[in-house]
Amino acid sequence: MLRSLTTRLALAGIVSAAAFTVQAADITGAGATFVYPVMSKWSADYSQATGNKINYQSIGSGGGIAQIKAGTVDFGSSDKPLESKELAEAGLGQFPSVIGGVVPVVNIQGVAPGKIQFTGPLLADIFLGKVTKWNDPQIVAVNAGITLPDALITVVHRSDGSGTTFNWVNYLSKVSPEWKQKIGEGTSVQWPVGVGGKGNEGVAAYVKQIPGSIGYVELAYSLQNKMTYGAVQNAAGKFVQPSRESFQAAAASADWKNAKDFYLIITNAPGETSWPIAATNFILMYKQPKDAARSKNALAFFKWALENGKAQAEALDFVPLPDELVKQIEAYWAAEIKA
Amino acid sequence: MSTDQALPASALAAHNDNTARRAESDRRADNAFRYLVTGAGLFVLLALAGAAFSMLWGGKLAFSTFGISFLTTTDWDAVGHKFGALVPIYGTLVTALIAMLIAVPVSFGIALFLTEVAPPWLRTPVASAIELLAGIPSIIYGMWGLFVFVPVMSSTVIPFLNKYLGPLPILGPLFQGPPLGIGMLTAGIVLAIMVIPFISSVMREVFLTVPTRLKESAYALGSTTWEVSWNVVLPYTRSAVIGGVFLGLGRALGETMAVTFVLGNAHHLTASLLMPGNSIAATIANEFSEADSEIYQSSLVALGFLLFIVTFVVLAIAKLMLMRLNRNEGAK
Repeated sequence: MLRSLTTRLALAGIVSAAAFTVQAADITGAGATFVYPVMSKWSADYSQATGNKINYQSIGSGGGIAQIKAGTVDFGSSDKPLESKELAEAGLGQFPSVIGGVVPVVNIQGVAPGKIQFTGPLLADIFLGKVTKWNDPQIVAVNAGITLPDALITVVHRSDGSGTTFNWVNYLSKVSPEWKQKIGEGTSVQWPVGVGGKGNEGVAAYVKQIPGSIGYVELAYSLQNKMTYGAVQNAAGKFVQPSRESFQAAAASADWKNAKDFYLIITNAPGETSWPIAATNFILMYKQPKDAARSKNALAFFKWALENGKAQAEALDFVPLPDELVKQIEAYWAAEIKA
Repeated sequence: MSTDQALPASALAAHNDNTARRAESDRRADNAFRYLVTGAGLFVLLALAGAAFSMLWGGKLAFSTFGISFLTTTDWDAVGHKFGALVPIYGTLVTALIAMLIAVPVSFGIALFLTEVAPPWLRTPVASAIELLAGIPSIIYGMWGLFVFVPVMSSTVIPFLNKYLGPLPILGPLFQGPPLGIGMLTAGIVLAIMVIPFISSVMREVFLTVPTRLKESAYALGSTTWEVSWNVVLPYTRSAVIGGVFLGLGRALGETMAVTFVLGNAHHLTASLLMPGNSIAATIANEFSEADSEIYQSSLVALGFLLFIVTFVVLAIAKLMLMRLNRNEGAK
């Protein structure tokens, strides 16, 4: 009785939400907030070019996965790829849409953007609460050129679950065995220290408010808010600045060819110029959709976006996928998705 | 009697008939009205029970997995699937308590000022201003808190507290910590500002109901304004005042957005009020959309159920206090 009541209530909610979106647009999608700026730009331009409307709801990656599994949207989007096993169980296909990157941002008096440098293990130790002062010998050792104050470090992390967090802690897990063992990776983790801000904007606001703080945000947020971002040492041992070019290098160096269902997290990517904390957004769609016409429309949109939407993505500080990868994705569509 | 006799029999019959019909339709209307209002009353109970049960149902996985330790542990680990609600419960109660410690005396002052002290031309504008405060959306309070109040806390208030209250023997640990500006004390103060309009407008309204002759008698006996307020106005309005206080407390316990901005959203249990913490409502608001496992979602719904219980218990205690007060009054 109770069960049927709650199920019915839940259904009523979903149905009314779905009815609303179906009315408002031709193709519906839901998921990561990270890609919302580029999705809305793409859908506006696509609508102008073809007359087809896209309605993308930025409800978060977890929500996107749940919605596509419930079949209420035509595509879901997630910053965390699903493993082939989980995809197969749900009958879903997966492909990347756009690449961005996560950057460390700091608030230290007198340090200019890009001037402070970190190594991966150092970032992990700071976020573990082991390195607590800005003039710690470990930080000073990689920052010969600048003077660092004798001030406490305040760690700022996301308070909400997030694909940004997933890529950040995935990187920390790859470079620090202690992080991997104690904290692990996920869209939200048990932070040993620090304060939590809601969303990229929340972290950006806290870092700006608290002197001596360090946080992590999408590159676009750090640029828009004129924040002091740091350079990070990549897998090849080089300190690189976060930029579209270094994200692009990470995307190009990644081994997409051998990634089944594009399951690849491109943090700690090889290559001299690669940014170590690049992040990919993934699109989820049914391989055998109930309504093939709608999926076909969605694929047409992504084909247009991947081929013609590069300038729009770059204008928003995202990195469009390399041509080679786009070809691989289109081959995947032809082979896997019956639309 | 005489009128009845004056009427012809047929008219009388028609009159009786009319009265009967009238009575019949009255009764039906009365019944319909009774069902309608009973339905409205039941609707509230059903909605309440439905909300409580669906939260309990949604949280049953968390309750059955963690048992009583859900209430007593501080883990909040989405990766290891271990959840405990102690940090959010503690944060919710502490921030609400701080808010009440500040808001109740200030509201009492505002209400007394407006009813006893202020010149009449000032009363209406100030009262309207307070009601306007109640209408400001909570997210605005949150943004004001973060961008305006937090810097003041971190640059001035917290160093002051560290210096003068930090070294004290028992209270000291409450006021030690780095000057982040974000934390339970800040959240409590912002909450206080948010609930003051509610409490003070209730107090003002009920203070106005105190009969003038009571106050004037007290003044005539030589009482000061304070004595009149404390010994006449407050006892006369006590139950309504406590009702207003608990209205504010209910709001402070459930407040979400403003708290999320200034509380720090960290699942750490610390003695210091200057350190970041978490509250039940803020945890749910922050984490629900991305809760990616069943046990995670269930734990969040279970938190919602706990907030329900916490609020219920607090309000029940308030009612009991009120009943005891009234009984003592009768005994006097």
